[in-house]
Amino acid sequence: MSREDYEVVIGLEIHAELATKTKIFCSCPTKFGGSPNTQTCPICMAMPGTLPVLNEKVVEYAVKAGLATNCTISKDSKNDRKNYFYPDLPKAYQISQYDKPLCEHGYVEIDTEHGKKKIRLLRIHIEEDAGKLNHDEFAGDSLVDLNRAGVPLIEMVSEPDISSAEEAEAYMRKIKSILEYIEVSDCKMQEGSLRADVNVSVKKKGDTKLGTRTEMKNMNSFKSIERAIKYEVDRQIDVIEDGGKVEQETLRWDDVSGKTFPMRDKEDAQDYRYFPDPDLVAIRLSDEYVENIRKSLPELPESRKERYLKDYKLSEKDARLITSSKYLSDLFEKAIEVCNNPKAVNNWIISDISRILNETEMDPIEIPFDGNQLGKLIILIDKGTISTSIAKKVLEELFENPRDPEEIIKEKGWIQISDEGAIKEIVQKVLSENPKSVADYKAGKDKALGYLVGQAMKQTKGKANPQMLNQMFKEELK
Amino acid sequence: MEITELTVHELQDKLKSKEISITDITKAYIERIEQKENDVQAFVTVLKDEALEQAKDIQEKVETGKIKGEFAGIPIGIKDNMCTKGIKTTCSSRMLENFISPYDATVVEKIKNENIIDLGKLNMDEFAMGGSTEYSYFKKTKNPWNLNKVPGGSSGGSAAAVAANMVPWALGSDTGGSIRQPSSFCGVVGLKPTYGLVSRYGLVAFASSLDQIGPITKDVQDAAMLLNIIAGHDERDSTSANREKVDYTKALTGNVKGLKIGVPKEFFGEGINEEVKASLQKAIEKYKELGAQVEEFSLDIAKYALATYYIIACAEASSNLGRFDGIRYGYRTPEYKDLKDLYRKSRSEGFGPEVKRRIILGTYVLSSGYYDAYYKKAQKVRTLVMNEFNKGFEKYDVILTPTSPTVAFDLGSKTNAPLEMYLADICTVSVNIAGLPGISIPSGVDSEGMPIGMQLIGNRFCEETILNAAYTYQQATKFRENHKPEFKK
Repeated sequence: MSREDYEVVIGLEIHAELATKTKIFCSCPTKFGGSPNTQTCPICMAMPGTLPVLNEKVVEYAVKAGLATNCTISKDSKNDRKNYFYPDLPKAYQISQYDKPLCEHGYVEIDTEHGKKKIRLLRIHIEEDAGKLNHDEFAGDSLVDLNRAGVPLIEMVSEPDISSAEEAEAYMRKIKSILEYIEVSDCKMQEGSLRADVNVSVKKKGDTKLGTRTEMKNMNSFKSIERAIKYEVDRQIDVIEDGGKVEQETLRWDDVSGKTFPMRDKEDAQDYRYFPDPDLVAIRLSDEYVENIRKSLPELPESRKERYLKDYKLSEKDARLITSSKYLSDLFEKAIEVCNNPKAVNNWIISDISRILNETEMDPIEIPFDGNQLGKLIILIDKGTISTSIAKKVLEELFENPRDPEEIIKEKGWIQISDEGAIKEIVQKVLSENPKSVADYKAGKDKALGYLVGQAMKQTKGKANPQMLNQMFKEELK
Repeated sequence: MEITELTVHELQDKLKSKEISITDITKAYIERIEQKENDVQAFVTVLKDEALEQAKDIQEKVETGKIKGEFAGIPIGIKDNMCTKGIKTTCSSRMLENFISPYDATVVEKIKNENIIDLGKLNMDEFAMGGSTEYSYFKKTKNPWNLNKVPGGSSGGSAAAVAANMVPWALGSDTGGSIRQPSSFCGVVGLKPTYGLVSRYGLVAFASSLDQIGPITKDVQDAAMLLNIIAGHDERDSTSANREKVDYTKALTGNVKGLKIGVPKEFFGEGINEEVKASLQKAIEKYKELGAQVEEFSLDIAKYALATYYIIACAEASSNLGRFDGIRYGYRTPEYKDLKDLYRKSRSEGFGPEVKRRIILGTYVLSSGYYDAYYKKAQKVRTLVMNEFNKGFEKYDVILTPTSPTVAFDLGSKTNAPLEMYLADICTVSVNIAGLPGISIPSGVDSEGMPIGMQLIGNRFCEETILNAAYTYQQATKFRENHKPEFKK
């Protein structure tokens, strides 16, 4: 049989760190990147005798995420202990939610080549993150950093509604943008604040029974999710085609070799012995509480996209790209507010800014400048103070060392030469130096004009106003 | 009278009249500890120098008016499972032999705020698991009434130290009877408050849904005073109740006229020692004499309480004690091959036999395939136990039972018979299961002169009722005045 005879079934468990100021069960800060074990206290280090107290913001953020993904919010929920031993888990249990998650039965819509598709969410629950082990820096020893222990997470579990690597990526992007819009997670994938466990299985077309699934843990980039799924689908089909059976196992995706490897052996099949955490009380939410959160939800990406199509006449593709990230979308709106030139803002974002983001593998949240600065840059072009080519250099400078664009061009001496006398002087100089081009132009070769303008730009290091140059050359050559 | 024979309220009177000074008190207790510790073995850590220095300091501050407070300079002993900053908190376990907590438990903070002086940390069954204090890794505490007998447990060090006048009062903790049973064995007063009345923050957890800290004292007035100090809402403990403060000493009227006392017949049946029964019968007659209405009733569900208790307590313990893994603090095995080996050896060598037994039991009842049959069912029975008690409290103000089926037993007689040891909890565990307050006071002595304990159980947050019932009985019978521990060898 060929690959086309198989169907792919994918489910994602997305973990998002919540952007609360403090941890889920103590008041330690959640900031990323502190020196090891500096953001800890007796509670998150699991000192004997300490007790957890639930951070109410965590519940609020999780409910927000639930409402933004069309979930039913459970009015009666609780925390459970998931027991297992590992050095990054100081209590030897993770406080999570087992049979009564905060949010259930939601969905999001993704765009596929066949149109819109609903991906259902089974549940969203709250839990605490574990610490981190440092294996490499200290010869032979593994050291434990508990800064991350107790950082709040939501786990969003999808139904197995995803049927390709592309759909998985679109779903992950959708979840990411929703979480960004409702401002419950900063979704920095490189820092691990958004990561996914990917479940993949294949079955013959028409089979009602699902195939055996494998799980790939802790995927934290769109690219590796897509590559890993493609690899795993191929691997599973090969196994079946060769007459073998897919083993249910947990895998680790290795980005360098582009392969998956088994992570644990089967004799380690864990029994987590979930039971309700007796240190915490039930989470009971009133209708009023949930309704107040519902009312506070900001505009979501889908609605912004529709608005951009209507108000700014953006193409579907551009609108989708800009609204895919709250940060791009905010940048877009702020810049328009400043320069009132939506078309130019759109162009800058989808071309140059996106290109730089791609090249530097930067997430939109990391863009160092704001919409105000981008808007001012566009005003400078519109006023003719700088040329587009200078503007590109200013943009690069904004990424390097963001400040007022006007300041940048002054400092760098990039102000466009728009003085008629000065332009005339340059034009005459270029004309006298290029008699051949002058002759060509007069002989009807219009291209020669472009060459002359190019020479003038070169001599002024790109600062001459190109429209004025064009006009002046034409006049002088009449 | 010797200073160390006085109750705390008597000490307060003598401080007020300047008959004695704060340093006199601490010196007297340190001397007494030095005299008796060899026999009683109540302490894991004695804070001799620290206490004497603190006494001097507090004395000075009180004299110069820098601090006030009715408890300033009164000493105390603390069970060694409550965290004390800068001082070892061992839980009488090899696992925590050298563990020094970086913070104070809420109750310890409250004690310090009153300028009460910590004389030391008291011995216990390892991680509060046991009923004789023989499961301590460090030492076996002896019963001051007869040194060949156990003091009870798990707060055996606390009860023995109070009975032996080595501390004026002490803090204990009670998960299934660990305050009341040793208090009964040692002839002192022990109160387990309503679950949620006293913060558990800083109490090294055994079974989170059952653990409560409470006073062990020479008399009921002292118990009411110590409860005044330690009770109250704590935002660091989600299970702590947010209620208005009560002055428990005000409840001690000495009047029980019209008080309705229920006596559950199941607590006077098979397995209860005849001398205990007889002593309790006399107590019942006394209450009637004092004007209380006493009635027998049936608390049928109680027979399931012990099994329910051991399932829930062990399940929670198996999870609570996971953190003692040899990684961050506590005992770590000196040699290991890999991570699993490190875990296995550290826990095998760091925990004693009773702790291991309960971890294994608890792990089993939470395992997939067994959860429904054990843990889940136990939770259902727990609800039934609560309901049955609720029904009882519709009719009665106080439920009266023996604290323990027997008086203190001989050292070593039950350490190899865990089930027999568990049966010693049969009268006390249902109170924890239902989250109720219970107090044990001496009702009399048996033919060998060993104290017998009476348990008075109240409705949730009705500490005032049982304290007054206990106080009235105490004033009418004068147990302390008539019986003293003899340190029989």
